Amino acid sequence: MSEQITKQNRDDVYAAQREASEREDLVMFTNACFASTGQTEHYSSRQSGKVSIDFLHGYVLANYRTVYRRVLAAGVNDFNRARIVMKLLAIGAPENPVDRAEEGRLIAVTLRSLPANRVFALFASLRKLKINNRRTRAVVRDYLKRRNDPAFDAVKYRSKLRAVARHAHLELNGETGRFIFLLKDQKHFETPLYDAFLRAHYAKQAIYELPFSIAEGFAARHRIPRVEFLRKIQRQMTHAEKQRVQSAAARLGVATPGVDLSRMPLTKLALYVLSLPDDERRSRALEFHDLLRASARRVLRKRPIQLGKVAIVLDRSRSTCGSREKRLRPLAVAIAIHYLIGQSTDEMRAFWTPSRNEATDTTTNEDHVFLFESGGQTDLATPLLLAIEWRPDNIVIISDGFENAPVDACGQIVFAYRERLSRAHPIAFIHANPVFDPDHFSPKPLGNALNTIGLRDAEDLGASMGFAKFASGEASQTQLEEYLGRLTDDLIGGMDE
Amino acid sequence: MTGLSLSGLAMAPPQVLGGIRLVPLIRQESRNDLRLSRRAHSEDFGFVEVNPKSIHTAYVPHGLVANWTADGGAVFGSQMSQSGKTKDGKSYGQYITARGLKKLGLRKMTRREGRHRLRFMPLHVAMEGLLALHFGGPDIAWTEYSESVMRRGLSPRSEFVVPGEEIAGLEDALRLFEVHDNQVGMLVFVAEALASAFVLPHPDDYASLHHTLLSDFYGELIWHYGLWATETVVSPDPIDVDSINNTADLRREVDRLRERWNGINEMMSPALSERNYHSEQVCRFKPFNLERFITDLDPAKENHIGEAIYADDGTLQYLKTYRMSSTQTRRAYLLSQLADHGWDLEQCAAALGCRKSELVLRLENAGFGYLLHQHVLDGARATEKRILK
Repeated sequence: MSEQITKQNRDDVYAAQREASEREDLVMFTNACFASTGQTEHYSSRQSGKVSIDFLHGYVLANYRTVYRRVLAAGVNDFNRARIVMKLLAIGAPENPVDRAEEGRLIAVTLRSLPANRVFALFASLRKLKINNRRTRAVVRDYLKRRNDPAFDAVKYRSKLRAVARHAHLELNGETGRFIFLLKDQKHFETPLYDAFLRAHYAKQAIYELPFSIAEGFAARHRIPRVEFLRKIQRQMTHAEKQRVQSAAARLGVATPGVDLSRMPLTKLALYVLSLPDDERRSRALEFHDLLRASARRVLRKRPIQLGKVAIVLDRSRSTCGSREKRLRPLAVAIAIHYLIGQSTDEMRAFWTPSRNEATDTTTNEDHVFLFESGGQTDLATPLLLAIEWRPDNIVIISDGFENAPVDACGQIVFAYRERLSRAHPIAFIHANPVFDPDHFSPKPLGNALNTIGLRDAEDLGASMGFAKFASGEASQTQLEEYLGRLTDDLIGGMDE
Repeated sequence: MTGLSLSGLAMAPPQVLGGIRLVPLIRQESRNDLRLSRRAHSEDFGFVEVNPKSIHTAYVPHGLVANWTADGGAVFGSQMSQSGKTKDGKSYGQYITARGLKKLGLRKMTRREGRHRLRFMPLHVAMEGLLALHFGGPDIAWTEYSESVMRRGLSPRSEFVVPGEEIAGLEDALRLFEVHDNQVGMLVFVAEALASAFVLPHPDDYASLHHTLLSDFYGELIWHYGLWATETVVSPDPIDVDSINNTADLRREVDRLRERWNGINEMMSPALSERNYHSEQVCRFKPFNLERFITDLDPAKENHIGEAIYADDGTLQYLKTYRMSSTQTRRAYLLSQLADHGWDLEQCAAALGCRKSELVLRLENAGFGYLLHQHVLDGARATEKRILK
């Protein structure tokens, strides 16, 4: 009898351990999907980042396929969504018809929401990796069928489309087929864009009818001076392209293409403002301040965040300058979070790490934090203590997790607070990390006492915080799956048809 | 002299990357009347005149130029533009030609280039001291010593060093290191062993010379340590949770944690605080002294050589150290022991507590076999063989 009981106990213990480790796997994966981008980080190389995230994808796909596909609905970043789609296509459709239907719709919806360049790059990699099952061909065909302007795609992504058409056995009828495969035999096209592309080979004027990136190549071929080209092509530029050439245009003395900053997403706007020279940031401070506030409000309208009286502890140490590929991103995320949370509540105060240049350590809603620069050591203990003394309900820490003045102080402070002081005044702590640490397959944590969530864009804070309770171990794996299932239903229901 | 005086400097909590641990040294009040800057040399390899009869050849990554004012006024930056007149070595490929070396070449370890300008090469003053240790050889013509040594001394002596670039992880650590406010120096630990200490007079000098740590030279030992080191974790006791009753307590405990880091840093660098040093003045430029020093050469402990500039008020303005490997220590130790006993093998062996034949073999193993006559070596070998049987 007693033996049976111990056996049962043991099984329970094993089940609990298994559940815990499975939850840990999944939390690690979702966190990584929020932060990683396969790019060089300040402390790690591009190569190690890619190897690390690739392993995680493979591992989760093999062990938890349902969760793996549902992460597509969780709001993780584009890099990881494209990667999930590729892995799902590579492994083939599931047996179960219900799963198969869900996966198919998730893939379709995801592809439609991704930027076109990412999707075409994904299609190109399908060929390189020799992924060519029936479902893949159907996915490619359906995606292209639902595009708004196939002629524009054909011109802009001509070589990629040609590769994918060959690879997926697409039937390109009529002019598109001839444009893609038999361009040199053609004398004339009915579609204006195709015709312009043909004429651009010898007529300078025709290149201004083409998309900017394609026209750029023709301009070089015709040796059109950059100044003249930039002046005439402005009508064809997308918003992002206008923004990208702005400083180059200013340098050349071309009237800067009008960029509508009020349409920019929050983190991107913060990055843009930080990229400007110090003088310009100072002289246009009021304008930027209003723009950032308006952008934050737009994010909140879509995805409200309710945190009550909140203190944010923000890192502006040397490492927040990012890497060559992700210049200033950690600092930009911190600034964007400052505006985002500042607009969600009146009771917000930000505590910055000590800096070499700026004297202010605490800032409020009205301060121009985009004037800060990254420098100095990561001393999170000082601002965290100030934040605790202010007695907020929530403390959000934004840092890359490399704490060094001194190491591990943050975790110890939070632990001590929980143990001794939280009864008098409870505070919920959370750490959001914009940097992926490939050595540990996840964003680097600040000790065990704090929950760490990955965060690439400040806009994702709400979505990312949805996972915080799973990271802390309060909710079970079943609940995580249910939560993801709900998100999936919302996504498929909301965007399909 | 006991302990190297780090007066006026405080240690900050370290930053760790892989096997490298970097401890920033902070100076709250830095004086403005001494500034150091870097002088790059186009050659990787230099000849330097030690004294009229001997020449020192070495890997020379860069030189340091000291500018100072005698009346305590500020030096305006480091006036690099005036240094155009210096005579630089005529080079052939990477090498300075030996011809006309006295007139050309880098001439001296430390050299005044003007009333208020001094040029010297980091660590070479110290390294020269080590190499020239009892350079002259035996003072009395003992019969055991070979003829060439009696005529020419220990010439040439050489030591092997490794540039910082070769040390695994050091480059990344220096690139990613977050520099403090008022930081004037750094302790570099490789695999938790003190590889180098570097201090400059002013934070701005440090900012511009930070990366020279990479081109400086280190011992072969440190290179080996770098190869095998992995992520190292050393941390002081965590904060005492039970003693916390309010936020003021929490703050106090965090301050104590910072202090404990200080203790750990000191504990990890016993060579800086607990060793006996022998130092000598190389150059005097009011109100500063350029000194070189060497630890007591105890073979059981870590030994450093280095050079330092002290102001007359006793504050350390410049410091650079080099960790000797155990073989280097042994060589220097044997030479100093021999010299202390008038180069008499018998007496020296007695002082070291070993047989004379053992001492002879130790000398040979340390690379000083050429000091002795062949028959002395052969005799010692035969004696040892007989005893061991």
